[in-house]
Amino acid sequence: MAHRWKNTLTDRDVTEESVYLNRRQIMAGLGGLGLAGIAGTTARAASEDLEPNSWEDITSYNNFYEFGTGKDDPARNAHALTTSPWTVKIDGMVDKPGDYAFEDIMKAMTVEERIYRFRCVEAWSMVVPWNGFELADLLNMAGVQSGAKYVAFETLYRPEEMFGQKYPVLDWPYVEGLRLDEAMHPLTIMATGIYGREIPNQNGAPLRLVVPWKYGFKSIKSVVRISLTDKEPPVSWNVAIPREYGFYSNVNPTVDHPRWSQATERKIGGGLFARRQPTLMFNGYEQEVASLYDGMDLKKFF
Amino acid sequence: MLVDRINSTARKLPAWMLYVILPLPALWFLYLGLTGGLGAEPIKALEHELGEFALQLLIAGLAITPLRRHAGINLIKFRRAIGVMSFVYVALHLLVWLVLDVQVLGQIWADIVKRPYITVGMAGFVLMLPLVATSNNWSVRRLGPRWRKLHKLTYAVVLLGAVHFLLLVKGIQLEPLIYLAVILLLLALRWRPQRQNQTA
Repeated sequence: MAHRWKNTLTDRDVTEESVYLNRRQIMAGLGGLGLAGIAGTTARAASEDLEPNSWEDITSYNNFYEFGTGKDDPARNAHALTTSPWTVKIDGMVDKPGDYAFEDIMKAMTVEERIYRFRCVEAWSMVVPWNGFELADLLNMAGVQSGAKYVAFETLYRPEEMFGQKYPVLDWPYVEGLRLDEAMHPLTIMATGIYGREIPNQNGAPLRLVVPWKYGFKSIKSVVRISLTDKEPPVSWNVAIPREYGFYSNVNPTVDHPRWSQATERKIGGGLFARRQPTLMFNGYEQEVASLYDGMDLKKFF
Repeated sequence: MLVDRINSTARKLPAWMLYVILPLPALWFLYLGLTGGLGAEPIKALEHELGEFALQLLIAGLAITPLRRHAGINLIKFRRAIGVMSFVYVALHLLVWLVLDVQVLGQIWADIVKRPYITVGMAGFVLMLPLVATSNNWSVRRLGPRWRKLHKLTYAVVLLGAVHFLLLVKGIQLEPLIYLAVILLLLALRWRPQRQNQTA
């Protein structure tokens, strides 16, 4: 089931940051000479502003309240987290429930690169070159039973390493959920790396969900449990503030957050004078995922 | 005694010094923002730093009377400069929001009306305008006892600032709650029950 989806953002194969950086320098050089056009698709991708963010941006500006509520708190505090050994409990309506060791999962999965837009509910965004495997492959490994309709996820609860869990900002542990068809969609991955390197703790090591057409908080980090169920599972931000955060949380420029507009976003990394850019329906993945929500009132199911 | 030392030092220092010192953090934040020192998202960071410093100055202004009454520390001559500079920081905070953050003119008014935390923040800013306009000796003389009454608006301004902070964060966070608690404490310290025999 791997390789079901190919990046349309850019067709370059970014495997190493250095290679990518070199290429960007070359592109910058070409641009200066007015020759960018000859580089074809890369130039097109660049014109759509789909340059991946730097490793520095991606790993220093994070929301991971288990390590503090400031954007720079996770990068400062997440080193305290022990990610080895790591097991993921897969249970509920599956044929082979059990505790799966992270290493065993990695042996069975095909890791590929996915360059995705990442849109936070707070109206900022990044482009991240993830490495990961399709969640569908993991779920199929455990064998999804026919009655299952939803997938519930849970983050590690370990207050002695995740000091933020000592404060009642949210009802710990952090939980998230997807409808089964969303979970099985080829765009939905479990990320284990960024820029070909191991995913850093502040980004959700050793493995995290990435659902690129939903607001970032749906992409739950440091996952220890995946449960198949026939009922819509509770999700942390909806439990905390139901008026502001729904179960679906699809990126949608026409449905505002009660406290701010979702029509535009600012891409991280543009400095003090960065312009806002329009937010795209389903974060630019409308073609791939809109059919999942046919006939649904997206203002009601926000 | 420490209190005497503070009071005698304060007597020697001219109040205008604060107009030289207090703008420095703003320049420092701006320098950091231009040179990458405010992280990956410098606009929000600059906005937040200016707003938080404004709130701290407002609290400092609010602390002057309780400090004199309960600790015998007299810093009253600095209060006007602290108040005026708190307005400058609120104005800079608002300017960064307008020019660097929101950018879209049409959205600004919509935000002010539709978003409670922005409505509250704007209300605080507007209430500061008569205060800063009357922060001069001429106004104090001209308004007489009404000046004191007018400047009680400060209490509302500080509370609006703290509520603005509380409303804009996601979830229940500690920092804005601490600010609110300090403000409520300072307000409680200046509240004196009316004497019983006053109306008799």
